[in-house]
Amino acid sequence: MPVNTASLVIGLSYASLLFLVSVGLSVVFGLMRFVNLATGSLYLIGGYIGWSVARSTGNFLLALVAGALAALVVGILIERGFLQRLHRKELLQVCLTLGVAYIVQDVTRWIWGGDPLRLRPPELLRGSMELFGSVVPIYRVALIGIGAVLAVLVWYLLERTKWGAYVRAGVDDLEMVECLGINARRIFAIVFSLGALLCGLGGALGTPVTGVAPGTDIQLQLMALIVVVIGGLGSVTGAIIASIVVALVDTIVRTFWPEASFFAVWALAALVLIVRPQGLLGRAA
Amino acid sequence: MNAKSISAQWRPAAILGLLVLLLIAPFVLPTYPLSVLTEILIFTLFAMSLNIVLGYAGLPSLGHSAFFGTGGYAVGLLAKYFGTPAPLALLIAVVAGIVLALITGPFVLRTHGAYFLILTLSLTQVLFGIVWLWRRVTGGDDGLPGIPTPKLPFLLGRVSDTANFYYLTLIVVGIAIATIAWVVRSPFGLALVGIRENERYLEGLGYPTWTLKYVAYALAGGYGALAGGLFAYFKGFVGPGQISWLLAGEGMVMVILGGAGTFWGPAIGTILVLLLRYEVSAFTQRWVMILGIVFILTVLLLPQGIVRLPNRIRELRAQLQREAPLPRPRAPAHQTPSERTVEQVIERS
Repeated sequence: MPVNTASLVIGLSYASLLFLVSVGLSVVFGLMRFVNLATGSLYLIGGYIGWSVARSTGNFLLALVAGALAALVVGILIERGFLQRLHRKELLQVCLTLGVAYIVQDVTRWIWGGDPLRLRPPELLRGSMELFGSVVPIYRVALIGIGAVLAVLVWYLLERTKWGAYVRAGVDDLEMVECLGINARRIFAIVFSLGALLCGLGGALGTPVTGVAPGTDIQLQLMALIVVVIGGLGSVTGAIIASIVVALVDTIVRTFWPEASFFAVWALAALVLIVRPQGLLGRAA
Repeated sequence: MNAKSISAQWRPAAILGLLVLLLIAPFVLPTYPLSVLTEILIFTLFAMSLNIVLGYAGLPSLGHSAFFGTGGYAVGLLAKYFGTPAPLALLIAVVAGIVLALITGPFVLRTHGAYFLILTLSLTQVLFGIVWLWRRVTGGDDGLPGIPTPKLPFLLGRVSDTANFYYLTLIVVGIAIATIAWVVRSPFGLALVGIRENERYLEGLGYPTWTLKYVAYALAGGYGALAGGLFAYFKGFVGPGQISWLLAGEGMVMVILGGAGTFWGPAIGTILVLLLRYEVSAFTQRWVMILGIVFILTVLLLPQGIVRLPNRIRELRAQLQREAPLPRPRAPAHQTPSERTVEQVIERS
């Protein structure tokens, strides 16, 4: 059997991380056409802070909270400090968030050094278990569970609540939403902050799996961009599906043709965009 | 007469002065700064070619390194397998870049905004992958070393090799930049600006917007490949790194920092980024952070690019003197629209 349970588990756990990083990016993209190239940096911050907190307190749960909160704070700073004034100026957004990404990368390299850091999973989730006849790490299985729960939560929030309806309306037609007297800027700020929070959480959760190092941010940033455009800007369901597809393709190619692994997902992205220029679940631009 | 038209009056003199400085540079500069200057010239062409799509047509391409690399590999492969002389090889490199753009154009031009960004990036990564995996022809990650540096025959023996290649680069880049200037100031270039500002409006006026974008994309590809070919000669080497998206990102940064959609902006951005990379990295490890800070400050203080610095200073000074900011320059009445420079059009938009 070419694809066994182990690679499926690895792929799906990676999909969980990708979803956490990309869902905020996707909705913010869709809502304000805002290009945030510092998404990977938020992941990096979550990972590093989580690592340090776990190291000093030994409490993994605390590390998750700290990582998520750190990314949230940085996210709010970016949003309040800069983004508000760059509405609809894509090139400047690219330049600014890239600048933030550079600074974050350099500062983290300064503080934590250039070596990859890895965290041991919490006591409860260490070791491996047997699942459908193959041995898989427990932590990865847990990661899939956490990712699934969060995906359902985010989906419910955006698709089934009144507040989510505002966001989706904003994705469709921001000006109309503003005309109806809804404060779109506040919604944007909240979405951006929640996205940052999820990124940081993803970073802390991912530290035992991917580790953190300078360069993790770029890797995750690129993967998140692929996920976002394949899924379609502003679509949560699209982000979920695309995360799974991208992570599985990446994992499978990595197993069977390692040399081609770094560009297989790009070929996938190119293919999807050539066939469907607006992504799988995106609306025609 | 306001300050703007004074600067316009002095523009020919300024360009002439710059040209003289560039011509005497090899007699003043030692070898290392001269090679940095050569690199600046090459990347200026790269940034200006990207500026055609990114700045003028408003298409956010993050895959321009594909053309740079194509030009480089065209030159490298021709030198390795056929020993083609440099002028012909560079010409073929340009054709290769245009052909690549003509092939990918219909696909990328179906997308907009962020999708355009990612699709150009994806295609570049795919090209990177092909070059990386097709080891037999392209040398994989080892690249193609040992590309002989072409020399200008009439300067042989009179100046050093570095200076000789510098002059060759200066001539090629000079001609290329002059033609870019002609292109962006032509009705075609102005139509591109129109597409960036309001594509539907231009369509309504009867402009074939898709074709214009396609031609701009192909032109940018050709110029980008020319820069890549020159760079392959400059390094004597071509490798996958010259296709890497990092290079495309750097080009994008050069254009935006300097001033997207302005003619000289990309040159200024190139000088800034390369000097930061080579000079600042020599005395501090933190140059990445400095680059990041420069990005942010540029966006916040000079959102139209560093090329607008004199205007900004003038505005701020006017504000300090408790006067209203200077009125926007109006084009003289006797000037017909087609004679207006692109800067003026942008200024007014």
